[in-house]
Parts: sequence; C-alpha cells; structure tokens
Amino acid sequence: MSTFLNTDMVALILMCAVATFATRIGGYMLMARMKSIPPRLVAALNAVPAAVLTTLVAPAFYAGEIDIKIAMAVALVIGLRFSVMPMLLAGWCIVMVFRHLL
Amino acid sequence: MSSNSDFAEGLRGAFPIMASAAPFAVLFGAVAIANGQTVAEAALMSATVFAGASQLVGIELFGHKVQPWLIVLSVLAVNFRHILYSAAIARFISHFTPLQKIIGFHLLTDPQFAQSVQRGESGKKVSFAWYLGFGVMIFVPWVTLTVAGGIFGRLVGDPRMIGIDVLLPIYFMEMVLGFRRKAGFLPIVVVSALASVLAYRYVGSPWHVSIGAVAGVALAAFLPSATAGAEEPVE
Repeated sequence: MSTFLNTDMVALILMCAVATFATRIGGYMLMARMKSIPPRLVAALNAVPAAVLTTLVAPAFYAGEIDIKIAMAVALVIGLRFSVMPMLLAGWCIVMVFRHLL
Repeated sequence: MSSNSDFAEGLRGAFPIMASAAPFAVLFGAVAIANGQTVAEAALMSATVFAGASQLVGIELFGHKVQPWLIVLSVLAVNFRHILYSAAIARFISHFTPLQKIIGFHLLTDPQFAQSVQRGESGKKVSFAWYLGFGVMIFVPWVTLTVAGGIFGRLVGDPRMIGIDVLLPIYFMEMVLGFRRKAGFLPIVVVSALASVLAYRYVGSPWHVSIGAVAGVALAAFLPSATAGAEEPVE
C-alpha cells in the first residue's frame, strides 16, 4: 500500500457521501415544503435505480468473455426463483471452472 | 418507557439484517482494494457513504477510470430512492431533535426505512433510542467487515483468479430483478439495457451509464402507469 489516504480519493469519497446524505434528507425537506409530489416525478424517481443498475449489467454481459456471459445467464435464470446468494454462488462456480479447470 | 430497552430492541431487530448484509461488506472491501482503493479509503467510504449498492457502483466505475463527477452522479442516482424514504418516514420521526435527525438520516438504509415505517404504522413509537440501536447494529459491522474484506483482498492480489469480477454484475442484476414487480419494469429495463449497450459500443465507456439511465428514466415518466397509482414510494 503506497499511501494510507490519497487526497483526491478522499475528496471523491466525501463528495459521494454528501450526495448520498442529500438523498437521505432530501425527501424530508421536500415534504416540509410541499404536500405531494407530482406523479410523473415519482414515477421517474422510482425508475432511477433500476435504470442505472441496468446500465451496469447489460454492457458487462455484452463486453464479457464467454465465462462471464454464461455465468450471468445462469444467474439470471436462478434469480427468477431464488435470492442473491444462490445467484452469486452459481455465477462464481461457473467462472472458476472456466478459469481453473477448462 | 425505557430508552435502554428500546435501544436493545433496535439492536436485536437489526441483527438478522446485519447478518445477511455482512457478506456484501466483505465483498465491498475486497472489490475496493482490487479497484485501487486502500483499506483506509474503503473504510472511510463505508462509514461516510454507508449505502452498499451505491458503494459497489462507485467502486466499479472507479475501476473503469470514469471521471469523478460521473461517479458522484451515479452514486446519487443509485441512492435516489432515499428521497422517497425520507419523505415517507417524516411523520414518524418529526419528534427527533435536529441533531438526532442528522444522525438518523445518515443511518437511513433500506431495512432501517422498512422497519421504521412498520413500527410507526403498528402504533409503536419510533423512538430515537430504538432507531439508533437498529442503525448501529448495521453501521458498526458494515464498516468493520469492510476492513476485513479489504485486508483479505490485499492478501489475494489478482481478483480474476478468485472470480471476484463476476460477482458485481450478478449482484447488480439481482437488484434489478428486485424491482421486477414495479409498474413499467420491463420496458424501462429493456430500454436502459439497449441504450447502454449501444452507447457502450458507439459512444464509449463511461457514457453508457448516463445515456442508458436517462433513456430508462425518461421512458418511465411518460409511461401510462406513471399517472396511475404511482404515488406509493415503496421498494
């Protein structure tokens, strides 16, 4: 480990922390000001996490090697029935088999 | 009513949640090291951001050498749901002092929100002692296990050899699947997926994140379901 805390990294982390705290207090502040939020805005806000997370999944599949592609496809099928742990375990086993046994 | 027993009840209530979140704290620590953070930086991030999914998103983008402002924006985007939480929780914690509110909002995670609303709606008082006990039981192990994961990650070295790189996309996939009963889920995800892959191919990383997300969110605002019963801010 070259450095304990890098200034740029700490600044980035703290900016992420401020952004996160803003979301945690934002709704409260908003409620104090207005009684209701427009439904289209609520629908848009509701869609933000799924939309953002999808952009981390789809290109990873697209750009991934064959081991990643198979692991993600199997995890998706498992995910329709089971929770996150079986998905991670199956995906992990598949890439480990590809990388160490095949 | 005793605030000590409320605090203890909070600690006990959060224990199973902490146990299920524990592997992700270890995972975050290990991935943070693999993507260039130090153990101290990973711990600082766990303590100050304290939002698992967004931490993993942030560290993933950092590994891709994405510009800082886009990392902050993506963390903000993943954490956007907290706005709905703090709006929905307002009526139960309006009796907190300002300092208690600041501490309380920092500890506002998905389970903290769900349990607080459940407690408030069942007629029990959401006391600060209970709220703090619940939050502390998640916060302290979260930071501690990040350090443990980071130390483990440093010992291992190459993350590919132990297959760490496949875990994040699958973890994010599970989170996406978690929204699958929401209104407009399929069209939003399909549009975000297509837009992000096209942007990845033709514009380049990291623009695929913002382009894909904006496409999905814009669609959500204009779907017919947007104006029908969309008020419920639940996950």
